[in-house]
Amino acid sequence: MGNENVVLKMRGICKYFPGVKALQNVDFTLRKGEIHALMGENGAGKSTLIKVLTGVYPKDDGQIFIDDKAVVIRSPQEAQNSGISTVYQEITLCPNLTVAENMYIGREKGIGVSWGKMNASAKKLLDSLEIPAVPTQQLGSCSIAVQQMVAIARAVDMECKVLILDEPTSSLDEQEVQKLFKLMRELREKGVGIIFVTHFLEQVYEVCDTITVLRDGQLVGEYPIAELPRVQLVSKMLGKELDDLSDIKRHDEEAASHGDKVAVLEVKQLKSTTGVAPFDFEIFEGEVNGFTGLLGSGRSECVRAIFGADKTSGGEVYIGGKKFKINKPLDAMKHGVGYLAEDRKRDGIIGDLSVRDNIILALQVMNGFFRPFSRAKAEAFADEYIKLLQIKTASTNTPIKALSGGNQQKVILARWLLTNPLYLILDEPTRGIDVGTKVEIQKLVLRLAEEGKSVTFISSEIDEMLRTCSRLIVMRDRKVVGELTGDELTQNHIMATIAGGDK
Amino acid sequence: MAKNLKNGKSIGSMLIGLFRQQIFIPIAALMILVIFNLIADPSFFKITMGQNNAGDPILSGYLVTILNNASELAILAIGMTLVTAASGGQDISVGATIAIAGSVILRILCGAAGPRPETMQAPIFVAFLVACVVTMLFGAFNGALVAYFKIQPMVATLIMFTAGRSIAAWINNNQLPVIKDVSFGYFGNYIPGIPVPTPVFIAILCMIIIALVLKFTNLGLYVQAVGINSHSSRLNGLNPELIKFVTYVIMGLCVAVAGLIKVSRISTINYSVIAKDIEMDAILAVALGGNALGGGKFSMTASILGAYVIQFLTTTLYKFEVPSDALPAYKAIVVIILVVMSAPIVREKMGKLWKKIAPKKAVKEA
Amino acid sequence: MTNKNPLKKKVGISDTNLLLVITIAVFLVMYISAVLFLGSGFTKPQTFFNILNDNAALIILSCGMSIVMITGGIDISVGTLTALVCMSCAVHLDYQGGSVLTAMLLALGIGVAFGLVQGYLVAYLEIQPFIVSLAGMFFAKGMTTIVNSTQFNVAHEGFKALKAIRIYVPFMGAVNKKGVYVPAYIEPGVVVALLLVVLLFVLLKWSKTGRNFYAVGGNLNSATMLGINVKRTKFIAHMLCSTLAGIGGFVYFMHVGSGSVSHAAGAEMNAIASSIIGGTMLSGGVGNIAGTFFGVLSLSTIKNIVSSLGLDEAWWTNITVAAMICLFLLVQSLVLLRKNKKK
Repeated sequence: MGNENVVLKMRGICKYFPGVKALQNVDFTLRKGEIHALMGENGAGKSTLIKVLTGVYPKDDGQIFIDDKAVVIRSPQEAQNSGISTVYQEITLCPNLTVAENMYIGREKGIGVSWGKMNASAKKLLDSLEIPAVPTQQLGSCSIAVQQMVAIARAVDMECKVLILDEPTSSLDEQEVQKLFKLMRELREKGVGIIFVTHFLEQVYEVCDTITVLRDGQLVGEYPIAELPRVQLVSKMLGKELDDLSDIKRHDEEAASHGDKVAVLEVKQLKSTTGVAPFDFEIFEGEVNGFTGLLGSGRSECVRAIFGADKTSGGEVYIGGKKFKINKPLDAMKHGVGYLAEDRKRDGIIGDLSVRDNIILALQVMNGFFRPFSRAKAEAFADEYIKLLQIKTASTNTPIKALSGGNQQKVILARWLLTNPLYLILDEPTRGIDVGTKVEIQKLVLRLAEEGKSVTFISSEIDEMLRTCSRLIVMRDRKVVGELTGDELTQNHIMATIAGGDK
Repeated sequence: MAKNLKNGKSIGSMLIGLFRQQIFIPIAALMILVIFNLIADPSFFKITMGQNNAGDPILSGYLVTILNNASELAILAIGMTLVTAASGGQDISVGATIAIAGSVILRILCGAAGPRPETMQAPIFVAFLVACVVTMLFGAFNGALVAYFKIQPMVATLIMFTAGRSIAAWINNNQLPVIKDVSFGYFGNYIPGIPVPTPVFIAILCMIIIALVLKFTNLGLYVQAVGINSHSSRLNGLNPELIKFVTYVIMGLCVAVAGLIKVSRISTINYSVIAKDIEMDAILAVALGGNALGGGKFSMTASILGAYVIQFLTTTLYKFEVPSDALPAYKAIVVIILVVMSAPIVREKMGKLWKKIAPKKAVKEA
Repeated sequence: MTNKNPLKKKVGISDTNLLLVITIAVFLVMYISAVLFLGSGFTKPQTFFNILNDNAALIILSCGMSIVMITGGIDISVGTLTALVCMSCAVHLDYQGGSVLTAMLLALGIGVAFGLVQGYLVAYLEIQPFIVSLAGMFFAKGMTTIVNSTQFNVAHEGFKALKAIRIYVPFMGAVNKKGVYVPAYIEPGVVVALLLVVLLFVLLKWSKTGRNFYAVGGNLNSATMLGINVKRTKFIAHMLCSTLAGIGGFVYFMHVGSGSVSHAAGAEMNAIASSIIGGTMLSGGVGNIAGTFFGVLSLSTIKNIVSSLGLDEAWWTNITVAAMICLFLLVQSLVLLRKNKKK
């Protein structure tokens, strides 16, 4: 690894937020023609490091060198000019502009815009990447996956020396991911240095050459991929050995037949306006089951329909054997159903409200408009659950948005546990949170089941589902295509069912 | 506050705590105005007992004027705060709907007896109730546009802003009704024998009511939750549309009360002048209270205090014989200074500056 | 899932263009039916040109407003700013011995000064545009009185000559009651307004700055990440708006030829209303200068129709205008809702 090959060097980077040392003296080196994975659990400082590099955050100390020249990057624009192009996890394009504009805005030369030229080159680029979009189409009318691909097209089209991909794959399906990997390998051949951030370990081992691990804002080390097997990577990320994970085991005996027990909740031919095919579903006391399938297969839509979050357009819901009509979330809540939504930022937290208010909100709403809890009671509730779930917060008064992702998720969990639900739906409760908290949440799910509550657990990670669920409902193309229990619950079997007969 | 004292480690940290509190801005503004007046002319704070034309005792003095004239504004600030917090926008039609409320009250009181009846043709409270219903309906109209048609509040209320005064004129067929009965003037002036102007009591009553509502219902929590994140509010069983809608109806109610005071003050109405530009002052009161105009968290106390600060400023300027038409220029300067000082970016920079100075102080103390 | 029908998707019309088409259609329907059913006044070309003459200033103000609205902001100071410009120019011409040229520079200077301050506060100190321009509105209103509190007509000869200029439109005209052919005319302000409309239309469509306005209004955060200098873009938008208000103020001044505190009262609301009718959305990112132009025309046409129906009382005009804004808002909201649902 000769020094002359280094394209990007970050030395002694420090970044402080009020009360948090987000980055302490971090070094990072990227060479030409290298795909470099940046790994770490949530809050380890990956995103902060990238945002320092792209000029979104000003750094508090340290130096950045590009091609051995010290550079100062104060804005995303300056980052672009110094040859750094970035694809962010969330889509950072403008929905009101056309696809072509989104690919070229902010990086054309001169003061004018030549629409003809722009559309022509956009079309060429879209075609070469097989992105199903038309240059003149308004971006907002494309699917999220296509929007993400457009963002990637924009980034790779720039004459960049450094390409940063910050969790670009979370909204892509398998084929699109493969397309992206092919692209990354091509760019590697051309000598571009690529920084790749992802939560999916398989993807790291599929394309990357080098791994840099961060933990708690500090550098753990840089390793060639061949020298760092998975288990070690995870333990380096966590800073401890992985015994914890193997502790968790599902109690298989409850997978036994439910006989003629009455289902806690049963739906028949439920249909929602989001386009999920009518489906049947039932869950029994103390059972943990799950919906699985690729992203966009309709998992979330199913549970949203059960909870009344989307408008239902047909079907019947039975709770404890009695038929009820669920038109809105409050109806479901009153019958003991809780729903932790997939998108924590959009559908979960209420950012500016305190941790306390976020915890009591659902119970408070069920309690009624005219019966607010006293301050003391609310504090007691909040304190109880902060202790129970070990939520790290300065006080009950701290706005929830000041907490880390994992702790925010725990607050939302606390909110639903406080309502003492009979049936709790957890839609991707572990997405984007650190491994330690993931394990805690899985344990919590199993404990709830032991207490006799029913849980539906949805996750993109199949091994996580295997650890917790005793029954899996498999979905494909917005249809339920199978139900697996007992011995069928193996990784291979599930994958085969998800993929369907044609694979 | 008590909590602050308990947690506060020193006076310094308590001051910083207060500085961070939302209510700091209006309090600071008020203090500056008070100190300015104390230095310029302490007689500003003199309150004397005098007599009005009817021979009844009344209190007079600049402070009484401030408390009296700020009443409508304080009442509107209540509604405006809720509307702002829930819908992330402002109702700019309140001035125009006050004209409607006033017009309705006069119309009912005149009844069929023409524009200048010798006696009132209906009890005042009936007229007031009808006005409440009417303004709440207009509030519902605004609310429906905002909540159900998802039109931005400022744009949605632009409709009533444009049409309101014309509708008010139309209700009375563009005539100018005058109520001769003195009892109608009680609401905007003095009740014989009580030396404090009635609007002050009405405003206090409104504040007590809203304080009770906020204490004994979940209005505050719901409005803030919806204002911050309507998606997750919905998934927690709230109905964001309904809550936004309701805040506009409450705004309507506030408008009716303010309208009653306004027409009672002069026992008649001038459609194009009544409560002119009051919407701007009401919005200013909310902003001065440190509430984000983009919605979300709110402090009712700070908003109401903001209303009194604005009136304090206005009266101070009047006292220094600033012509009423030139008043807005001075107001603008004060507003700019206040908002610049409370802007997050400026505060951050000032905070950094403070940190640089603070260590030196600590050394000195040691 | 997505690769089954590559490139076969229909390209929908963009929000901006859709709203523009609606606006133009409504204006044409309105004007043509006025010509057909109301006859008399509306058949004369001069009626149309008078709409332009009376609203040249409003067109300019509305263009500025649209630009600010496209970036997601608002500027409610333009109306009182117009009054301030009128009063300052009037005083400058009559009491300070100024020339027409220096008056023009003064008008421009006031606009630029407001733009600098308001733009800085909005863009660099990140204060809400509503509050900033509210203060701007108050300030301009107060300053107008401080400059001069009474209304007066300007007696300056050079200015009167400028005000009297009429540009005759070739081949357009009508025969009056006495049987004399009167050619239709426009005032110089209209030329200024039309030039600005064309210029700004080109700016918004074909310049980088113009596209940046849309990007910033569409999604502020994304615009930053796309490498757009958001602060500068916002600053330019507010700067443009106030500068246009300065120019519009002078055009208004040329039209009325006097200074008064009550000039252009409520013009900011008319400008906002015109922009909305023209398909600009206050939420930002959607809008078009051509639409704004037709928005102003629609707004004043409806006023003319109301008064020619004999409903002269002032309230009918306001109520109709309000109803029209309401209608447009509902149409826009329904059209966009349906469009998004289809997706």
